[in-house]
Amino acid sequence: MKTTRRLVIALLLAAAATLTAGAQASLPARRIVSLVPAVTEMLFAIGAGPRVVGVSSFDTYPPEVASRARVGALVDPDLERILALRPDLVVVYVSQDELRAQLARAGIASFVYQHQGLADVPVAMRRLGQAIGLEPEADRAAREFEQRVARVRTAVAGRRRPATMLVFGRAPRSLRNIYASGGTGFLHDALDAAGGANVFADVPRESVQASIELILARAPEVIIELRTSELVGDGNAPSPWLQLASVPAVRQGRIHTLAGDYLVVPGPRLADAVEALARVLHP
Amino acid sequence: MSLRRRVWISVAGFGLLAMGAILIAPAIGSTPVSLARALDGAIPFADNVDAQIFFVARLPRTLAGALVGAALAAAGVVLQALLRNPLATPFTLGVSAGASLGAMLAIMAIGPFGIGGLSGVPLASFAGSLCAVGVVYGLARIRRRGLSTDVLLLAGVTMNAFFSALILFVQYFADFAQTFRAVRWLMGDLDVGSYQPILAALPLLAAAFAIFAWLPRSLNLLALGAEAATTRGIDVTRAQRLAFFSASVATGAAVSLGGPIGFIGIVVPHLVRLIVGADHRVVLPAATLFGAAFLVTCDVAARTIMAPMVLPVGVITALIGGPFFLWLLVKRA
Repeated sequence: MKTTRRLVIALLLAAAATLTAGAQASLPARRIVSLVPAVTEMLFAIGAGPRVVGVSSFDTYPPEVASRARVGALVDPDLERILALRPDLVVVYVSQDELRAQLARAGIASFVYQHQGLADVPVAMRRLGQAIGLEPEADRAAREFEQRVARVRTAVAGRRRPATMLVFGRAPRSLRNIYASGGTGFLHDALDAAGGANVFADVPRESVQASIELILARAPEVIIELRTSELVGDGNAPSPWLQLASVPAVRQGRIHTLAGDYLVVPGPRLADAVEALARVLHP
Repeated sequence: MSLRRRVWISVAGFGLLAMGAILIAPAIGSTPVSLARALDGAIPFADNVDAQIFFVARLPRTLAGALVGAALAAAGVVLQALLRNPLATPFTLGVSAGASLGAMLAIMAIGPFGIGGLSGVPLASFAGSLCAVGVVYGLARIRRRGLSTDVLLLAGVTMNAFFSALILFVQYFADFAQTFRAVRWLMGDLDVGSYQPILAALPLLAAAFAIFAWLPRSLNLLALGAEAATTRGIDVTRAQRLAFFSASVATGAAVSLGGPIGFIGIVVPHLVRLIVGADHRVVLPAATLFGAAFLVTCDVAARTIMAPMVLPVGVITALIGGPFFLWLLVKRA
């Protein structure tokens, strides 16, 4: 038992050492592959766009990514194609430890990333700048992000914060499978910065499956639906929300739809999302 | 005790259980609701949160649970008799896999479509279940006149595997949000959100139950085997066909309403048989009523155990149903 624990700790330490060593040895990275759309956007924002040679299959922004090689994504990274691009740094998600080990064996450094809160976006940008030797540029982009969010916070300070439900998933034409932001994560933080009070702030999770009873009980004053693509809507059917007549947002017609993938990618454009949410909450 | 008396006693007993569950369930939930206020007609409905929670959130859910539970339990009884296999479930013949494939395709590929207030997913899921039923039935008819239950069973099992492969194939091309919705659909969910999906499933379920009402005597004979049944003077093929289609329609409609909720179709029939014996004239109505009570109760548990989070009801039925069923097996042995 003791030996096993020691072995695990030793392995963890070794893994951590390889990671940091790898990241340092490759400085500055010239050929970068990013498997995380949010980090791809950060790379372009700090001026490392020309160095990006490969992106994930879900990358859509900035438009330049259209010309980059696609190398799979979170669950299906294509190691062969990654290696064929001869990268010196690969951005991986924290759960891709198998890929990380394979890259380490090939002598390629990884930059490990994890989605967290709003405040972690500039932190990740600065860390990225350090890893690829673009510290001043990363710091400038991070500061711009922080300033934009701070401007919104100042603008909405002192205003009444409406109880808001931020919906990011719902089955079309019905009130089934409604997923809303819980009390943690970048969506909750963005709503908070934009001057809204999340009705599920007390749920310590990133997402809440909001049953109809829960929505009626929490009685949001504003409902904001995020849609990543224009396709999935209710068509021309009447809004299913109208069934919940006692919900203040329904009675006052404060049900808004925001479309675009910038709302759900926690990269530099999260500042756009904060501004868009603030415009809806405090017109 | 005469048969008539046994039927009446079991229907009364299980009926009371089902009625009790359906009446009590809407009063329980994560939010405290005043029943007096909910039923107070003097307050306008749009202002009455208690009434909205009662009538918009909980009552459709309870009714959907009762219908789905009753349909799956009854379909389980019918298929166990038809296939002469105690391990048969409503999902054995590929109906739920076909329904799941239909639902996946609707979730993945197609934007907002639907008829009236119905979304595309239940429609596609019912269409998928019909496809599966058609293929399985066609296969069972090819080899000989009549319906071969062996072919039916093997074709069903194979179709399940084949549709599962197609589901994985379709899911591979989905993005994260679609995959999540698809996986969530597979766990079963009774938060139907309005009465429309229930009303849409009702005619199908009513037709299936009308046939079920006619079936029990034939099922008793079918359970003895096709030859024995023929010598007792029933049209075996006709009875098999009716049993197969009514059970399939009931399952397809139930799955399109609540998703593939597992374990009800096997636990409830066996439990009821342990209590009332094997005669289908007693088992079928008793299992129907007990299925309704069981799923409604499981849904109350799903809504309240981790409130305000709602657990998928399929997880609850499996968590309660699995161990309970094993305990029954051991106890009987």
